[in-house]
Order: sequence, then C-alpha cells, then structure tokens
Amino acid sequence: MSNHHNGARTGETEQMAQPQCLKVFVQRDYSEGTLVKFQTRFPQELEGRLERQAFEATVNRLNAYFAEAEKATCSTYCEGCLACLTVHLIYICKETHYDKCLKKVSKFIAEQNERIYEPRGLKLTDPYARGLRVLEISCLDRPPNA
Amino acid sequence: MTVNHSQVVTRAPAPLPRCSCLAAHSSSVNMARDKLTRKWEVFQGRNRFYCNGRLMTAPNSGVFLLTVFLITVTSTLFFIFDCKYLAENVTIAIPIIGGLLFLFTMSSLLRTGLSDPGIIPRATSEEAAYVEKQIEVTNSANSPTFRPPPRTKEVLVKGQTVKLKYCFTCKIFRPPRASHCSLCDNCVDRFDHHCPWVGNCVGRRNYRFFYMFIVSLAFLAVFIFACAVAHLILITKEDRQFLDAVKESPPSIIVAIICFFSVWSIIGLAGFHTYLTTSNQTTNEDIKGSFASKRGQESFNPYSQGNVCLNCFHILCGPVTPSLIDRRGIVTESYSAEINGTSTSEAVLAPKYYGPIQNGPQHITPNSTELPGIYRQTTETTESNAGSVTHLVMSEQPLAVASSLPKASVREDEQHFSNHSPLYNNIPLGKSHSYADNINHHCDDKTPPDITKDATVKIEDLHLDPVILQDKSKLDVLKFNDLTVAEKKNSLLSASRLRLLQDTTMIESALDLDSLDDSSLGTNSQAALMKVV
Repeated sequence: MSNHHNGARTGETEQMAQPQCLKVFVQRDYSEGTLVKFQTRFPQELEGRLERQAFEATVNRLNAYFAEAEKATCSTYCEGCLACLTVHLIYICKETHYDKCLKKVSKFIAEQNERIYEPRGLKLTDPYARGLRVLEISCLDRPPNA
Repeated sequence: MTVNHSQVVTRAPAPLPRCSCLAAHSSSVNMARDKLTRKWEVFQGRNRFYCNGRLMTAPNSGVFLLTVFLITVTSTLFFIFDCKYLAENVTIAIPIIGGLLFLFTMSSLLRTGLSDPGIIPRATSEEAAYVEKQIEVTNSANSPTFRPPPRTKEVLVKGQTVKLKYCFTCKIFRPPRASHCSLCDNCVDRFDHHCPWVGNCVGRRNYRFFYMFIVSLAFLAVFIFACAVAHLILITKEDRQFLDAVKESPPSIIVAIICFFSVWSIIGLAGFHTYLTTSNQTTNEDIKGSFASKRGQESFNPYSQGNVCLNCFHILCGPVTPSLIDRRGIVTESYSAEINGTSTSEAVLAPKYYGPIQNGPQHITPNSTELPGIYRQTTETTESNAGSVTHLVMSEQPLAVASSLPKASVREDEQHFSNHSPLYNNIPLGKSHSYADNINHHCDDKTPPDITKDATVKIEDLHLDPVILQDKSKLDVLKFNDLTVAEKKNSLLSASRLRLLQDTTMIESALDLDSLDDSSLGTNSQAALMKVV
C-alpha cells in the first residue's frame, strides 16, 4: 500500500484513463485570485451517486492543500530569497515547498479514491495531471452519454 | 508481487519487465518497450526541446544566441584587456565583482530562456467536449434557435470583473492573467510577453529569472562601461593623448561603445519591470491597460498583494508552481489516447472525418466508431458492485459488433485478468487496453463513414439522445475547424507583424496580438466569430 502512495504524482494519475465513461469536470474558482482553488458547487451529474458532504469535504481539503502550497509565509520567502542568492541552483538539491504539497495532494487523492470514490464507482484524477485546471471525476460504470 | 498492477501501465521504465504477463493484451505495450517516448516528444506547442526534454526554448532561438554571444564577447574582451590592467593598477576586487556579475547574469539568462515559462497544458478531448457542452446548455436556455456558444466568460476576482476568453487552440477558458503566445502556440500562465532576446515566453514560472537577468545585466553593463572608461582615463593620466590611449587599448573603446549603447535600453527596461513588479502587473496588462479606470468605472488590480514590498517578495521570492507540462514524463497509452483526441482535431484537414471523434463523450456515435460493439445495459448497476469491470462486461450485451473474434478474446482475457488482480482494480487497466486496441484498430482501417451511420440507426434502439443534437454539434465542429484555420492564419500574420515591430523598435514586449481576441474584446463575441469565419 505504502508503495503505491510513494509513487510519483504523475504515475499516480495516469493509470486512469477510462475513455469510455462519463466524466465530470469541476472548474477552478477564481474569486480569490489566481491561486489554485476548485469550485465547491456540487455537480448535478453526481446526484444520487455521491453525498454532497463527501464531495465538499474532498474539495475543501484539496483547496486547503493548495492554499498551503501558495501561502506566503516567512519560510517560503526565505526559501525564495536563498534560491535567488544561489542563482536558483538550490533547487537542484532541494525540492520546493510547492512540490511537497503536490505530493500530499496526490496522496490525498489516492486515499480518497480508495475510501470514498472507488466503492461508488467513481474516480478522482489528480488535478496536477490536468494542469491544475480542473478536478476530473470519472463515473466508471456509466457510458459518456448517460 | 501483487502490490499493484496499476503501476505496470503507469511508470514504464521500472516495471516494464513485469509487463510480460500483459503482452498479449496490447501491442502498444510492446511498442513502449521498444522505444520509450517522453511527453515532450508529443508536445503540441511549437517549442523546441533539448537534452531529452530538460531544456526548452521558443521555436526561433536565433536572437537568443545573439544575446548570449554579445554578452559573452563583451565580457571576455573586458576581462582580458581592462580587468588585467585594473587589477594590477587599482584593485583585485574589480575582476572578482565582474566575474560574479557575469556568472549571475548568464545563469539567469539561461534559466529564463531554457525553462518552462508556465505553459498551461491543453485540454483533453473529453474536457473540451464537456466545456463545449456546458456553454451550449447555457446558450440554449436563452434562445430557441441555435447560436454559436459564447466564447467569453466573466468571473469575479476579488470583486473585480475579469473576462476569461476561450482559447480555440488549447480548448480551455484561459485562466485570469494567462494569454496565448502565438509564437510558441501555448497558453502561458501570468503571461508577461514573448521575449525573443531570451528566446522564450516570460510568464509566471520564469518572470523572476527574467527580472534578475535584466537587473543584473544593467549592473554588469554599467560596471563594464565604467571600468573601460576608467582604463582609458588611467592611460591618459600617464601623460598621453586620448587617441594614444585608444591605440594602446582598442578593445576598451569597443567595449565602452557597446555598453554605452545598450545600457540605456537595459536600464529603462529594468526600471519598467521594477515598476511592474512593485505593482504586481504584467507587461501585457500594463499595455492593455487592464486595471486603468475607464468610463467612470473604478478599477483596481485584484492580484496585488497590498503593498510594494509584499508584491516584490511575492513575485521574486514567492512559491513557484512546478512545471505543469511534465516534459520528461513517460507517454503511456492512456496519455496518448487522451492527446490523440485533441491532436486529431487539430489536423483540421478533413472535418467530416474528424467531426464525430471530436464530439467526444457527448453522444454515443463518436464512441461507437471506436468501440467494436455497442453495449446495452441490461441490469441496473447497484452501488455495491459498481466499479468492477467483471460486472460491467457481464451486464452488457453487444448490440452492434463491428469487429470480430480477436477482440472478443481480448475481452475475455481481460476478464480473467481482472479477476486475478487485487485492489486498485483493474478497470483502468482493462479499459485502457481495449481502448488502445480500438484506437489502433481504428487508425489502421480508417473506419468508413457508413459505420457511423450504422451506429446512428442503432442509437434509436438505445433510447438515447436524439440525432438532431448530433447534427447540430457536427455543424458546430465544422465551424470550429474552419475557425482554427482562420485563427492560425491570423496568428501567423500577427506574428510576422510582431517580428517587424520588434526588429524596428527593439521593444521586446510582444503582446498577445491574437487578432481574434482583440476583435472579441467587445461584448459581442459572436460577431467576431462570424467575421473570422
């Protein structure tokens, strides 16, 4: 299990192209600027398949992770300044705060999939695999036109 | 080793040996073993990649090489002739400072020019179809007749209305501050401008490097100029004429002249970008006047952090998004399948052929061209066993079978396989395999159009959406394709115009001169559409 979780975030997500099924896309919420945040509006297509609370909890949690990634704290600023002074060579040996948060996100997605979504025939796709543009939820057992 | 079979498909290099059990399922796995394709090789923009995807630049990097050449040659001349003299006669600090400045400038330049500016990956065909469907719905609610869906969307960002434009190339509504670079053919997040001097777009991910480059280059140019002049003056102090001094050290005067002429534009640019940084704007927004109050409407910059210091910190030292295009990632079947949807619709040559595919998951027709059989759901799926492929296959009966035995056997194999495989089940595996097969099959014999017809007839059996809808969207697709052609022409045109502008003025700010955008600036995006068509 842990093996799976440690997988690179890209590997984590590419396993799930189910081209022949309905997909729902949750769009970004730009109301607070360009930081990554997804809309918490419940998509109609999932009505009756997923509890509203479960969906909202997932999205809120995701949003929290991304907010943490983009939050301007002292430590991220220090990291940035240090990188600036070392001509950004520091990134060769140290992964950024953002990267760490993205790892957490893919771990969270895998866990949610396993606990909540897969038993209901749904599947979340790591937003990183979609360029952080959308959160993709596939209904595995429904044809695309349903 | 039942850890997870899913990895077999995903992370190609390590688990490939384990694929032997799957070899029968898919010919493309064999292909993958022969040659490993990375994502940059199938990248859809016009960027060039080097070092197996580690480095990337814009398509024409001639001017970039010129920049590197100019800086290197000038600095080398300075180090050989002026530095030596000054180190001996004045202080050893001069070569040290010069060296550090030079290293800093060059590394910033290379970092700007050879990294990802923040490209937003294009939408998968399914996402594009979904977006298309969404905007179509909102449209049909208002009017009984069919109209092309609106291509702009308004969102509120911190209370400020921002218009998001639909990008026909990337098939997405561009996020706020993003813009499409016509030279690289990508949407770039927080697009500043396309800078030919650094041979790349300047966007969210490399703006800080660009800024450091400009500032350090300004310092370097001033420093070198000052040193060269000081060198000449020191020679004249030894009781000689200025002309003699020039004769004694001709490189000094060359270096001084180069620096003298370039330093003004560099300092100006550094000042301009400092202003932009402190106010958290991009060149694009500044020139368009996005945040200028117009017609009595109060307008402010919703992205500003509040004050000058915070803006600077945020832009220059804030967290940086990782590259979203994952250049060195390995192309898996599922990924190439996703891409294929969009890339085929890019090819535009035969709209009739591509039409049905592009519709994606909206209707059954497009998929039926790819599916060997159409399946009718015979049992209601219940929550308990939903999501298991075994159930899925069992509960469906083939209605129309387009291809014969071999496919069927593959399906059976999959079924077996899925029975063996443990958690993280099977579905993606089985499905993607068969899908890839289907795709291959589809490509091989270029499924004739009558199959589609066949399928549309069968649709009625399925009690699915009416055919009218499909016609409508086909029409839409036709328009869509024409439009992309027109848009491409336009963007090419504006690109050449841009080049001219840059060549003549040395202003490196390439704006997003997407003519379609400009014409659709007015609220009536439909008129713009018609104009282009």
